[in-house]
Amino acid sequence: MFLNLFYELRDEGVPVGMQEWMMFLAALEKGLHGSSLRRFYHLARSCLVKSETFFDGFDRAFLKVFEGVEGELDIEPQLLEWLEDAKTFEGLSEEQRAMLERLSSDELLQKFLQTLAEQDERHDGGGRWVGTGGHSPFGHSGEHPTGIRVGGKPRNRSAMKVAEERRFRDYRTDETLDIRQTRVALRRLRHLTRSGAQSELDLDETVDETCRNAGEIELVFRPERRNDVRLLLLMDVGGTMDPFYEPVSKLLTALHAERGLRAFEAWYFHNCPYELLGRDARLLRQDAIPTGDLLRRLTPNWKVLIVGDAAMHPAELLEPFGNIDPRRMTETRGIDWLHRIEAHFERVVWLNPELPELWDDAETVRLIRRIFPMFHLSTDGIEQAVKALIGARSTVH
Amino acid sequence: MIESPEFLQFRGTEDYIASAPLVDAVNAAIALERPLLIKGEPGTGKTLLAKHVAEGLGLEFEMWHVKSTSKAQEGLYIYDTVQRLNDARFGDGNVADIRSYIKLGPMGRSFSADKRRVLLIDEIDKADIEFPNDLLRELDEMRFTVMETSDEIVAQHRPLVIITSNNERELPDAFLRRCVFHFIEFPGRKLMEQIVAVHHPHLDAKLLDQVLIKFYWLREQSQMRKKPSTSELIDWISVLLRSGVSVEKIEAHIPFLGALLKNEQDTEALDQYHERGGRYPSEWAELGPRYNN
Repeated sequence: MFLNLFYELRDEGVPVGMQEWMMFLAALEKGLHGSSLRRFYHLARSCLVKSETFFDGFDRAFLKVFEGVEGELDIEPQLLEWLEDAKTFEGLSEEQRAMLERLSSDELLQKFLQTLAEQDERHDGGGRWVGTGGHSPFGHSGEHPTGIRVGGKPRNRSAMKVAEERRFRDYRTDETLDIRQTRVALRRLRHLTRSGAQSELDLDETVDETCRNAGEIELVFRPERRNDVRLLLLMDVGGTMDPFYEPVSKLLTALHAERGLRAFEAWYFHNCPYELLGRDARLLRQDAIPTGDLLRRLTPNWKVLIVGDAAMHPAELLEPFGNIDPRRMTETRGIDWLHRIEAHFERVVWLNPELPELWDDAETVRLIRRIFPMFHLSTDGIEQAVKALIGARSTVH
Repeated sequence: MIESPEFLQFRGTEDYIASAPLVDAVNAAIALERPLLIKGEPGTGKTLLAKHVAEGLGLEFEMWHVKSTSKAQEGLYIYDTVQRLNDARFGDGNVADIRSYIKLGPMGRSFSADKRRVLLIDEIDKADIEFPNDLLRELDEMRFTVMETSDEIVAQHRPLVIITSNNERELPDAFLRRCVFHFIEFPGRKLMEQIVAVHHPHLDAKLLDQVLIKFYWLREQSQMRKKPSTSELIDWISVLLRSGVSVEKIEAHIPFLGALLKNEQDTEALDQYHERGGRYPSEWAELGPRYNN
């Protein structure tokens, strides 16, 4: 039954497993969808989807599977199957069953569409059943679970309308960047260690020591657990990065709000880091620091996050004197600086605000991806990037 | 023995306006005997829901407010060793009987109660990432063993478990798979009018309109770092009423912006928008179809 929905959901990237699917079927068996498509939609969503970030994917899958229900003539076969299912439903009386048998699927369909059309005109929402008046093939007064009611109560939007609006688009995490969710992802940038002043009561040790001390209380203290992660942010500014101002500034807001880090530094470059890095986005020469100094000063256990679209003229990356800023001629190639950064630090990731499907269009992106693992600047991408910075080291870039 | 949940049906209560899908989700959780996981923006009434479900179903209510230091074990029972040690040292209480130092937590109490209860596990995301996983077996089987005494506590009546999350962190998949999920959407115009009426009963209709138009307009701005929520709206209206700002002023401006926006960069961005001569909408029609149905 509706197995297509299951596969469409998975195609949309909604993580549905058998356990959820069985729960959904159990709910249908209990007739929890009542008699309306709207309730069916919500029931399916409650059982199958466990995060609002996948609601949009659910809406798209639902639309694909049940699109015909909107009243277009090319009704999906699933709906027909659904109508067929109603015939085998046990709650029907003999009379109703006989009536159902007389109606072919085509007729059912016709009546169904007719009802839809009527409702559009009269705009009275629900209350009417597929079929005619009080002789609905699907039972009386809304009791039968498999009956189909079009729309819902007045003023309630139909499931299709709800699905079509795609109201949950903003909750997607693979396309958008939400500061709150980003902060949740960044919170994983944690490596807890105990060092420093002994300020926390160690209860277990205290109990042990007290027992050894024949019941006289002996207090044991230990240092508090604290985050040991140090983060270096290197950011591309200006030029092709301008269109990405919004997601980048959201990332910055989230990073600056993240107080759990042991240390945080941000330096800026244009297109590719060369021998100098700017203190802020203006890249003023008097504020700049030599990249080499930075590498000497920071220990390899600093985590490095590079943000940039990695798209530039190949010469900027591969040729000596590649820096397009004429005041900053330098012989060392951009790609060599990237290799030095990669070699110095244990973990470096690259966040690219450009859509991943466009990455391979630029030669420089392809080259840089060979040096650093690259992730999309979306909530999902940040989460993956954080995992790459903090989690078990993977061998594949 | 667990009674059949068939005849329990939640329909909302007088004070709590639950949307039809929410009511359905509650009833699905009852019928499927699954925990109900509720998520939603702050200020959408997640915590309140459980209380009103209990009220609507005529059941007793048990709340477990989860904190960052909460352990799953605490919800089941606590063995008060410190009290026992203290009693032992000073000869108080019945030290020989461990049972008198076992104190049931909210979950333990709702299991052992002789009537079915609604158990709210509030803000489960506040606790450690492993916290929900530690409760899987108890939620599935509705039983646990008190290790110190080997007593088994089995739910007499399966409690209806409602869990809220503020999205502070992701919940483990194994846990999610077992839940019926409902996301409370941010209240729309009609519902918001009802909510405002609860706090400010005699608000001028014209003022209410202007206030809500500005509020939803602000929320629609995608660059906004922190969207104003219901509680900020209520506070803002209080400020407006106390200061006696005229409706005309609110039509053209957003006075006391500080009550709505809590992020400095948001306030700055809006100031700049204003300086550039940007205007604020004063008609619902300017807000798009979502607000004009």
